[in-house]
Amino acid sequence: MIAILLITVPFLTGIISFYTHNDIVRRGMLIACACFHLGLSCVSWFWRPQELLCEWFAFDSISMVFLTITSILFLGASLYGVQYLADESKHNKGVGGPKKFFTQEAIFSGCLLMFLSTMTMVIASQQLALLWVGVEATTLASSPLIYFHRTRRSLEAMWKYLLICSVGIAIALLGILFLAVANNNQSGMLLSDLLVNAAALNVTWLKGAFLLLFVGYGTKMGIAPLHTWLPDAHSEAPSVVSALLSGALLNCAFLGILRIYQICVAAGLREFCQDIFILFGLLSILLAAVFILRQKDYKRMLAYSSVEHMGIMTLGLGLGGWAVFGSFVNMLGHSLTKAGLFFVAGNILSCFKTKKICDVRGLLNQGARRTGILWFAGFLLITGTPPSAIFLGKFMLLKEMISQGRYWISILFLGALGLIFKGMARIFISMTQGHPVEMSEERIFLAENSFFRWSVPMLFFILAISLGIYFPKWLMTSIEIITKGLGK
Amino acid sequence: MNIYADFLIIFILLINLIILSSSRIRVCIKLMAVQGVLVALTPFIIPHSVATEVVIASVLNIILKGMVFPWLLFRVLQDVNIRREVEPVGGYPFSLLLGVAFFVMSFWLDSYLVYSRSVFSNLAVPVAFSTFLTGVFIIVSRMKALTQIIGYLILENGIYFFGSILLGEQSLLVELAILLDVFVAVFVMGIAIFHINREFDHIDTHKLSELKDYVNPQEDV
Repeated sequence: MIAILLITVPFLTGIISFYTHNDIVRRGMLIACACFHLGLSCVSWFWRPQELLCEWFAFDSISMVFLTITSILFLGASLYGVQYLADESKHNKGVGGPKKFFTQEAIFSGCLLMFLSTMTMVIASQQLALLWVGVEATTLASSPLIYFHRTRRSLEAMWKYLLICSVGIAIALLGILFLAVANNNQSGMLLSDLLVNAAALNVTWLKGAFLLLFVGYGTKMGIAPLHTWLPDAHSEAPSVVSALLSGALLNCAFLGILRIYQICVAAGLREFCQDIFILFGLLSILLAAVFILRQKDYKRMLAYSSVEHMGIMTLGLGLGGWAVFGSFVNMLGHSLTKAGLFFVAGNILSCFKTKKICDVRGLLNQGARRTGILWFAGFLLITGTPPSAIFLGKFMLLKEMISQGRYWISILFLGALGLIFKGMARIFISMTQGHPVEMSEERIFLAENSFFRWSVPMLFFILAISLGIYFPKWLMTSIEIITKGLGK
Repeated sequence: MNIYADFLIIFILLINLIILSSSRIRVCIKLMAVQGVLVALTPFIIPHSVATEVVIASVLNIILKGMVFPWLLFRVLQDVNIRREVEPVGGYPFSLLLGVAFFVMSFWLDSYLVYSRSVFSNLAVPVAFSTFLTGVFIIVSRMKALTQIIGYLILENGIYFFGSILLGEQSLLVELAILLDVFVAVFVMGIAIFHINREFDHIDTHKLSELKDYVNPQEDV
């Protein structure tokens, strides 16, 4: 019941949002819906009633972790987003074109809510074909969000996102059919049935299904050779959307891969999958390092850093043992920190009106001090400086590599992380230090004094740090349950 | 019975080859629609498994792929006012040869797979695979955004064909959800093309190249 509510309420609110003309009511609905979603997902930690609508939608311990992080991120994004929309419309008053039936903002908040609903559907699906439907629906709900600014560049980004992800996900559909053939049409596509039935699955078809699903969902997740849509979409979308794409959507695709991996592990194909995970995980990290080193656009830099972290998560899954735990910790840390960084990047963008790194200087030395401090703190957290959860995750991966005697992997891993640190340090230091650029007081004021625009990223950073220092018991146990299923 | 099945399968294959060699977008859309209808008819040719759910799914498929999608694409075609595809990568003879190569490759792929239940024709699975590959190739090699949607739909035809050969009835609800997704995807892509045409005055995707990582220092964007 809870799962159904969590999916339908945002969806219906989204539809109502399309038709609501009053800005304040619509923004209120967005925040109310986000609060409702977070509240209900907190409730389901303590109280999980029997699901009514068959077993298609339910929460197990994996999906609870994903659900909570998505809810938290969405609430943050909606608070930031409402402030952002208010600032934008205040600034653009009188500039706007002819009045249309659906205002741009109505489409934006409607799609945002539908995006939440589809992501929840992915997380709650226990039926693999429905999970596929959800993943495709997230693409469709989020592509209008990328085109919010109506510029040529965002249009190009949206087209690439739409086409590359749709084709990738179509490949995943073929994978789902392979899985059904492997199952010999016995028991439908329910995850629990497949897990019980795993030993009887046809190995050749299952291997094919794994490869196709990995390619398909990997496209959506941004694994190396198929990541090409990611930097474009993340850099051209409004920062709120980039934060959600990076922090929540990529996780959903990761969940898709986790589900098929669960089945492969139960069918005894662990080694086959692990080698593929390690190969593509390392490839993503190395590729991200190369592109971060000479990056000229700070939002693209953050996008490549997402590619890196997706690589780390995949690598952790491939290593097994403690590294699986590490990759989940990394996922939580990455979602919080990266979303926060994108919010700060949005503030910088609205101050300086440019995404070029060389045009932004002296954030710490002028009026935009708060933004500067947050921006630099985010850099330290995302590269894995000790009190952050990302450090914990990376450290667990490293420990597992060394205890398994995979020294080459650890050398490549550490080398790439070093390069990424160097590349990002150059970018962040040149942006925060140096002589400030002249700019109008009004723009600085916008980013500095809008309460939610600095408090939301700050809150996310604090959460990321506190996860690194103190890992709550309930979260620990539920991740341990996952690790037990996938580890070793 | 079997002769009809083989006829249908060969038709599907031939349509792939014609689409690969044709530069007229109108022809491509029509052929794609015909292929969609043929694919939706497969459940009736297979000796067993004609449940009500299968009939409903097939009818919906025929309506969607045979009528709604072509209508939608013709609308877009009218708006963007183009007739022909520009010369694709490698040219048309090369595309056609590659289409044959896909078919051969699909047979090779098919030889590795073991089926737990008998397939009604030896040609069926290779044709499904080669339809899939043709769709992917069209998306990669053609320049117009509209042709890329056609490629996406051919790819979808291949997947659907594969499913209806090897799997009997699936849950109707799931199948409808998948169809809905495909429908919305095509719809959103159509709107996107409309916007691209208005913004850029063309729909050539190879000219959509503003977003990249390393900018030439002379260009100074």
